[in-house]
Amino acid sequence: MSALQVIQPGPLSLLMDGGRHGWLHQGVSPSGPLDVLSAAWANRLLDNPAHAPLLEVSLGGVQLQALDDCQLAFTGAQMPLQVAGVAQHHASSFILRAGERLEIGYAQRGQRGYLAIAGDFAAPAVLGSVATQVQEGLGGLHGDGRPLQVGDTLRGGSTLLRTQRSVPWRFRPSLAAQVVLRLLPGGDVAAFSAASKEAFFAQTWQLSAASNRMGARLAGSALAEPPRLIYSKAMTLGAVQVPPDGQPIVLMADHQSMGGYPLLGWVHPLDLPALAQLPAGGHVRFSSVSLDDMQAEWRTFYAFFTP
Amino acid sequence: MHLEPAGASAVQVLFDEAPSPALSERLAQLACTLRERVPAVDDVVPAWNSLLVHYRLSQCDYHQMVAQLCPLLEQWQAQPVRVTTAAALTIEVCYDPRVALDLPWLAEQCRCSVADVIAQHHAATYRVGAIGFAPGFAYLSGLAAGLAQPRRSTPRTAVPAGSVAIAEQQCAIYPRTSPGGWHVVGRTAQRLFDPQHTPPSPWRIGGEVRFVAIDYATFIAQGGQL
Repeated sequence: MSALQVIQPGPLSLLMDGGRHGWLHQGVSPSGPLDVLSAAWANRLLDNPAHAPLLEVSLGGVQLQALDDCQLAFTGAQMPLQVAGVAQHHASSFILRAGERLEIGYAQRGQRGYLAIAGDFAAPAVLGSVATQVQEGLGGLHGDGRPLQVGDTLRGGSTLLRTQRSVPWRFRPSLAAQVVLRLLPGGDVAAFSAASKEAFFAQTWQLSAASNRMGARLAGSALAEPPRLIYSKAMTLGAVQVPPDGQPIVLMADHQSMGGYPLLGWVHPLDLPALAQLPAGGHVRFSSVSLDDMQAEWRTFYAFFTP
Repeated sequence: MHLEPAGASAVQVLFDEAPSPALSERLAQLACTLRERVPAVDDVVPAWNSLLVHYRLSQCDYHQMVAQLCPLLEQWQAQPVRVTTAAALTIEVCYDPRVALDLPWLAEQCRCSVADVIAQHHAATYRVGAIGFAPGFAYLSGLAAGLAQPRRSTPRTAVPAGSVAIAEQQCAIYPRTSPGGWHVVGRTAQRLFDPQHTPPSPWRIGGEVRFVAIDYATFIAQGGQL
């Protein structure tokens, strides 16, 4: 087993895995990586299972020191990577020798980077998952939802694969400052006025700085008088809520399990990674997608990463 | 009853009837049936008058899931209501002014004494209508109509863990310190969510809940904190 000592944890670095599924009925959010594509690729580069524990680094600013030799892979946001002062390729695997320091700089494009280790990081599973949910106090290195801290030691890994691998170019995220999200219209969409629906699809929204792992908050010209619901319903990933202020919120991995705001529909799960990588102030537009197309593509993703 | 997609791998079942204790009890039974009988089901989340079914897309798509759910839903509708004999869940609540942050305000709004608000709050029998918002957070129905008040116009940034709070016609307990806009009438030292415990929370959809008043010394002796 190898170990990485945390010299500098960065503003928000969280241990993740496939997520805490099956506990929404107890009010527990699914959690898991915001950018499932980059996370799955990081593990794939090292022959790990797609949902193996890995580190989600928000914004960057992380320094880790190896206590033993290990093989790592880093994907997602473009954060400058250095091993013992030598720059490393992005979206690739690399070796970190005992005593060497890995420096992950601040993101130049994108928001979330993923660091995987050959042979997985070890952490206690809470309700079947190591995914860190800070607000709920669940998961992470100590099981209590704490983000990575100075003095923490990430343990795990064993195998050195030697061969260096990279994510093929065509599968790398675009990390553009504008994204088009495909929406499956549904939920309470019929209760919105025709003008509201038109305004939702016609305008370019801006990602608000108040966004977090629970929800991506969009700002634009308010959708007039969203309908009011009497009773809360169970919420799912990607739901687009419209609170009374008319500014939509896209529910992300740490979303609450119940909600009382009306829904316009759901964002395609394979478009959420691009939203997760978008910086505050980035532009968001919506198009629509059918359920059959959405399910077929989501299945293809699963089949590729979890054969 | 009406079924519709709820994202990439879930079905929302919406019921026409208004929420009631009988419906909650029946939804709890339906949730059990679906978990036991449909292998592709990942999670079932009953709410006031709806029920969400999460399924594994690797095993079936929306149309196949609906085809599996329909006969079970029909059977369920034809079933008589089974009355559960489960005992009410009892929660000990301290209504001391040191922890009951909004009691004076509520008494003023309801034009009665603080003692009246306390008496009305713990005399009622409540029922779990939904579990959600946060781990172990249960929405309870049955609040005395005279105590109903809209949520605070500005939510508190931190409602202490264990706070028993009310809003509109509902009552709930905050399992962890979290932001919230409900009016705090008391606090319990009982732990309402423990991931190491099976099940992690004591709530049961449709289940009865009663509050028992305890004094401040007892609350502190039970591990309650200011």
